[in-house]
Order: sequence, then structure tokens, then C-alpha cells
Amino acid sequence: MTAMATSLRPDTGSRKGAAVTFDGAAVRLRGRTIWSDVSLTVAEAAFVAVLGPNGAGKSTLIKAILGLLPLAAGTASVLGRQPGVAKGRIGYLPQRHGFDSGTRIRGVDLVQLGLDGTRWGIPLPGSPSRKRDAARVAEVIELVGATTYARRPIGELSGGEQQRLLIAQALVRRPRLLLLDEPLDSLDLPNQAAVAALVRRICEEEQVAVLLVAHDINPIIGYLDRVIYLAGGGAIEGAPEEVITSETLSRLYGAPIEVLHASDSRLVVVGQPEAPFVHGDRHA
Amino acid sequence: MFAHEFMRNALIAGSFVGLACGLVGYFVVLRAQVFAGDALSHVAFTGGLAAAVLGLNILAGVFAATILGGIVMGLLGDKARADDVTIGSLFAWTLGLGVLFLTIFTTQDSAGNGTAGVRVLFGSIFGLSAADVRTSVVLAVLACAILLAIARPLLFASLDNAVAAAQGVPVRVLGLGFLALLGLVAAQATQAVGALLLLGLLAAPAGAAHRLTANPYRGLLLSALFSVGSIWIGLTLSYAFPTLPPSSMIIAAAVGIYLLALATTIPRARAVWPRPANANVAA
Repeated sequence: MTAMATSLRPDTGSRKGAAVTFDGAAVRLRGRTIWSDVSLTVAEAAFVAVLGPNGAGKSTLIKAILGLLPLAAGTASVLGRQPGVAKGRIGYLPQRHGFDSGTRIRGVDLVQLGLDGTRWGIPLPGSPSRKRDAARVAEVIELVGATTYARRPIGELSGGEQQRLLIAQALVRRPRLLLLDEPLDSLDLPNQAAVAALVRRICEEEQVAVLLVAHDINPIIGYLDRVIYLAGGGAIEGAPEEVITSETLSRLYGAPIEVLHASDSRLVVVGQPEAPFVHGDRHA
Repeated sequence: MFAHEFMRNALIAGSFVGLACGLVGYFVVLRAQVFAGDALSHVAFTGGLAAAVLGLNILAGVFAATILGGIVMGLLGDKARADDVTIGSLFAWTLGLGVLFLTIFTTQDSAGNGTAGVRVLFGSIFGLSAADVRTSVVLAVLACAILLAIARPLLFASLDNAVAAAQGVPVRVLGLGFLALLGLVAAQATQAVGALLLLGLLAAPAGAAHRLTANPYRGLLLSALFSVGSIWIGLTLSYAFPTLPPSSMIIAAAVGIYLLALATTIPRARAVWPRPANANVAA
């Protein structure tokens, strides 16, 4: 597979309605401007990666969309509303470490909690709502391909298996927007690609827009519609092959940046002003 | 053995205390807060003796101290999950204070109740009055009702704090409330098995339940059954062999159940999920 060839997808951004729109947005944390003048559009059912060096404000962007952080300037619309209003229609997977190996709760219970975890009391067996919930839980576990191990204790599963069940949990309420903060972080390269393929499929089958924060674009580039690249206090949004270029990234960083095409078709970004950050270097 | 009032009182109060310990213990194990339970047991000792020094009801002192201790631990600890350093500091300071109260009490109280220290440390389940039983039952039922009411969001928050918070679960309030509830139940267990041994009643039946099932609601039920069972077995043994103290028999039964659970799950884990060579890491 050549990553660049398969990544050429039609621009879905302009034709469909928007899941997320930012216009001249800025976020300030403790007096420091994290990013400013950010304008972007995430189309419905689009798969968008959020990239950029550490500290560029990738998780901040997710929190701004969730309405957990206020905008210091500009406007934002999430599923047609102010950020924070449409909470029930957003699935969110925060940046996290795996479950402790001693956690003896089944994956299926974890997914179920995504559906009813905010309700008080304990579920009564045999009630009609319980059966309806169980059917939806089974359906979404099937969708992420976790049926064979969903009844094993979550602590005994591999990182990739846990990640699939967490995605199922985020999906179980049929959200219109899925925010995944570094879901690939603890996975090996084949598992990163497999989870990206799964997310691509979910976008299409469930018609849900996905923002996925990632460190390394290489294992996922073939599955993406769009890329949001955060750096130098700003952001650029566009198709991957438009954004990950020497010209665009140099303009964003305000410093000469070179995007190299390695012989194995990986993209390598060099010349960043801060600590050397190379796409793919964590697995090289 | 049901002919004796002290035995009936012990069985009734013990059953309800065991039920509360089993339910709360399940979450203590899940949230890895066994150490917090340990700290609260020392808070119970100090609270009981402080009440004795002040001439107040010892049990009231134990309750006030453990509930307050749970809330303080929650407030000091990061994100309402009391951390080791916080608990360790609180725990040593409280125990020191307890020793101070014990010294004051034993020097000032020459006439009467010199056994208060021993009773708080090792429990006095055979010495319960009818009024004590009523108090125990009411408080245990209250603790169980609160726990069952918050069980599902608490389970969510224990497994996945950030996701639960994003979905609107009040994780901080729940964490604090749970530690206060743990304080209430620790005080009850102090009566049954004493401050030194209450940890066993919180941790061992719940640990066995976690071993035997990964279904959380079934686990809660099992944990409660094991805890009540431990109390019954312990009291029966102690009645049959009067030289055996009830608290140590209750804990022996609880630990016995835990060991049985360990013994039955390790071979099963191997059979269901065979792993190469290092299969002893299973479960």
C-alpha cells in the first residue's frame, strides 16, 4: 500500500453539513495563548486527524469542542450548537493509560456503563429497558470486532483490545461526533493501522464525524479525510497531502520545515524549531 | 445457640454489618482503596478512645472519627482518590493521638472501664445490648441503601474517571461520599471485629468476589454473601469453642473464603485461557 495514493479522497468538507466549525477561535490558559485565529470545519461523517508537536494544543482543541474550555476570541459551533450544549451527542475518549491488570470487570460491563453509567441505582435484571440496552451493547461490540473477548476481564486484555472496547463505549449512545484523544498512543504499528481502519468504517457505517488526536500520521494516513495540523500557535486544516508539505508547514511554523518521503513511503517532518519531533520516530 | 440473647444480638447485628461491609468492600477493592480502609481503622481506634477520655459514648466517638476521617482523606487526596502519602501521614498522626488518649484514659480512669482500649481494638460483638443492635441495623441498612443508590455511577467513575466526568457523573462528590460511607461502615465493623481486624472484613470477602466473577453486579452480591457468611461461621465457631474469640474467628472465615476463591480460580483461568509456559501469571 502506498500511503499517499490511498489518502487521496474527495473533499467532503464543502458538500455536507458541518459537525464542528471554528471561526477565528483562540484559547488562553493561565495567561498564555495556546493557539489563536483558528478557523476550521469538520464535515459530518468525516475522519479527521489532529496532528502537531507536543504542547501545540491538540488536547486543548478537543476540550474546547467539548465546551470544557472557553474561547478567548472567535466563535465555535458544535453540532449546530454552542460548545458544551450537545454533550449527549458527543462520544469522548480521553487520553489515558490502560486499565490495571487486576481490574476484574468485563469489557461488556464497561460498554454498558457508556449507556447507563449516569443512572442511579443498579440495573434490575429482566426489565425491557435492560434487554434493549443489552441488544445495543452487543451490536456496538460486534461493530468494533470485540465480541470474542468482551466477556473477559478488561485488565487481562491487550492495549488494542481495550482500545476497541473503549471506542465501543464512546459509540454506544449513537453520537454524531466522536472525539478520540491519542487512542493509538500505546499501540504497536499494526494495531494503530487496524484501529484507524476500524474508525474509518465507523465513520461510514454509523455516519459519525471523528476527530482523532495522533502523534504519528504514517499508520493512519490512508484512512483519513482531512488533517488539522496545530503548530506555532495556529492551525491549518485540509487534505493530508495539502497540509503535510514543506511549504504549508513552513508557513505554519514560521520557520523552514522539510517534509521528506522516506523510501518506505513514510512521511518525515524535519527542521521543527523546538525539540526534534519526527513523525514516526517513536517506532523507527 | 439461639437461646442466648447475646448470641441472637450478635447474629442480627453481625449479619447487617456484614452486608454493609461486603457491599462497600467490593468498591474498596475495585478502587484500590484498601489502604484507606486500613487508615480508617486506626482513626476508629483514636476516635473511640477520645470519646472515652471525654466521658462520651465510645461508639459515637468511633462513628464521628471515621466519617470525618473519610471526608478529610477525600478532601486532601488528589481528585477525591486518597493517595498513599496523604493516608500514610494522617494514619501515623492519628495513631499517635490514639496512644496519647489511651495513656490519659488509663491514668485518669482508675475505677471503671479500663477495657475500652481492648474493646475498640478487638471488637465486642458478644457484648451488644438490644439498643446497640437497633443502632447497628439502622445504620447498616442506611449504608447499604446509599451504596446501592450510587452503585452504577460509582462503578463508572471507579473504572473510568475522566469518561464518567465527561458524561456528567459528579465524580468528585461521589468519591468523597464513598469515603464518608466507608468511614460509616468501618465504624460498624469496629464493633464486630475491632479496629485492628476490620480491614479483613472489608477486603477478603470482596477480594474473593472479584476473583470469582467479573460481572460487577454479581460480584457485589457475592461479596455481601461472603461477608455475612464469614460473620455466621465466625460466631458459630466462637460459640462452639468458647476459648476462641469471635473477631479472630470471623476474620479467619473471611480469609479462608478468599483462599478458597484463589484456589478454585487459578486452575480455571489456566484451562480457559491457555498461555504459553508462564501460565502462572493467569488471573
